[in-house]
Order: sequence, then C-alpha cells, then structure tokens
Amino acid sequence: MHELSIAMSIVDLAQEEAEQRGVQVNAVHLKLGVLSGVVKEALLSSYEMACGDTPLRGSRLIIEEVPAVVFCPNCKAQRPLHSVQFFGCAECGTPASEIIQGKELEVVALEIQ
Amino acid sequence: MNPEPRMVEVRRNVLKQNDVVARALRNRFHTAGVFVVSLVSSPGSGKTTFLEKILTQLRCRYRVAALVGDLATENDAARLARSQAPVRQIITGTLCHLEAAMVQNALDEAEWNLSALDFLFIENVGNLVCPSSYDLGEDLRVVLLSVTEGEDKPLKYPTIFNSSDLAILTKGDLTAAVEFDTGSALRNIQAVRPGMQVFQLSAKTGQGMEELLGFLQQRLVNFRTAAAV
Repeated sequence: MHELSIAMSIVDLAQEEAEQRGVQVNAVHLKLGVLSGVVKEALLSSYEMACGDTPLRGSRLIIEEVPAVVFCPNCKAQRPLHSVQFFGCAECGTPASEIIQGKELEVVALEIQ
Repeated sequence: MNPEPRMVEVRRNVLKQNDVVARALRNRFHTAGVFVVSLVSSPGSGKTTFLEKILTQLRCRYRVAALVGDLATENDAARLARSQAPVRQIITGTLCHLEAAMVQNALDEAEWNLSALDFLFIENVGNLVCPSSYDLGEDLRVVLLSVTEGEDKPLKYPTIFNSSDLAILTKGDLTAAVEFDTGSALRNIQAVRPGMQVFQLSAKTGQGMEELLGFLQQRLVNFRTAAAV
C-alpha cells in the first residue's frame, strides 16, 4: 500500500502550485496510467487522509484513467494493450513489450478559486 | 449560481522527485563503473539466501556490496555478512518499498568507494506491488519467484514482472515436491512480459547458479564496454 505516500506527494505538489499562485485548490486533476502500479480506489481513499489539516482539506481528487497503448511489431503501429495479463496487441494478439502509454502518474490541472 | 471552475494547467509528474534522484544515482553508478542489480519479490521467496550465495560466489573474482531493505529488522544484513561482502541495511519502518532517496542516503552513510566496486546489489522490501513504481537507478531489475508460490503469480502481479528486466525461478530443488508446473510459470511470465529472460536455479543446491553468474559477468563486460565508448 504505497498509495498514501503517493497521495501525500500529490497534496504537496498541488499545495506548492497553489501557493505560488496565491489561490485555493478545489480539486486536483490527475492522470493515472493503468500500468503505473497505483490503484485508483486506494489512492482516492488515501487522498482525504493525505489532505488532513493542510489547506487542501475538503478538496477533491479527480482521476482520469489512462489506458495502456503498446507498439505492435506485427501491425507496426500503436495499438491498445490486450490486457496486463496478456501483454500484446488487442487487435492481432501479437506479444508486444514496447509501452507507449499507460505509466502516467501526473497532476495535469488544478481547479481553483 | 456557482461560477465556472477556474482551471490552471500544471502537468507535473508525481514521482518526479524520485525520478530525479534515481537519475542522479544512475549517473553516479555509471561514472563509478559499478553495475547495479536490484531484487524484488514477495516475502519469503528466497531473496536473501540467493543474495548470500551470489555475493559469496562473485566475491571470488569481483568486488561486490549490497544494500538490503527491510521493514523492521537487521536480520538480513547479519545473514548476508556471512558472505563477507560489505552489506548495509536500510530499515524502511512502515514503508513497503525502497525509494531512490533511501538508497542515496544509505550510500552516503556507508561511505563506500563506488569506483572500487564491480557489482552493487539492492534488495528491495519483500513486496510485489509497491516497488514497481520506484526507479532506484539500477541497471537491472530482477524479479524472483519461488516454486512454492504457484505458477500464476505473474498473472496476479503483472506490473512488477513487466517493470523488471529479468526473472529468476528460485527454490528449484523443491519443484517436484510442490508439483510446480514450470512450463505454465514460464508461459505466464511471457504473457505479462514478452521476451523476458528467465533463469531457473536453486541457491541451496547451487543448481543453475553458474548460468546466472555467467550472465552477470557478461552484463558487466557489456556495461563497461558501453561506458568506455
């Protein structure tokens, strides 16, 4: 369960950005890749705890899940991943190990007032 | 009526801090010419026994050292000290994984001369989930799977297998006793990480250790050749 320490990093990062701008954060928008190794539900439940008594208390975490995309050596193109249990092209089934997208763990925007 | 929420774009990687430290570590390791191998696995898969044996065997010809992560005890460092290689424990407290900064601190405290090392091993905390997100600056991440754990572990923990460079099936001497289906385990590893190289060994009997030693020696040669270019 490393989601709490990830949530605390998100809160620190958002707070730093908010202080620089002199604003209050209502919500943090996060891109979360399905291959990031971070579980969405655990992160959401850790977030409130991580906000604690910080100025972000009461703010929301809005997670956009990013699907995995691999480069298929057979199609010679970017294709959706079949599944994490079968690391291959969703269209032709060829094993594919080059990850194009899906490892994101990124704060993309803040909703402020 | 509520005004439209105001949005500001940020675009910042949450693990940037770790990645920055990991990159600095990797540069430091490359400059020193030390090949760094990290080990990840579930608790009880035989990481420490494997490390003790590999340190002992490598020590005949190479200069080796190890950092070992553990939640609470220094037992692993005490066991590994039997290999007579320099070993330092990183006690993570409640943290379920190692982070790059912890490796950096441990190295600073140990005051090892990295240039005088050929191999540095980093044993992560026994955990198949959390370590996958944290780069430690290693050149090779090895995931260990013991035959007593079951063939479907790769399917249950695909991310750690996918983020590793090499897999080792450990406790090979128990394969028959626990009716481990090696073929099925190998297929599952290939399903979650196509093309992954796998070694099968028993640290206890020594079976399969030669092949792995040969592989590590070759990787060190390649690493040094690449650095010299």
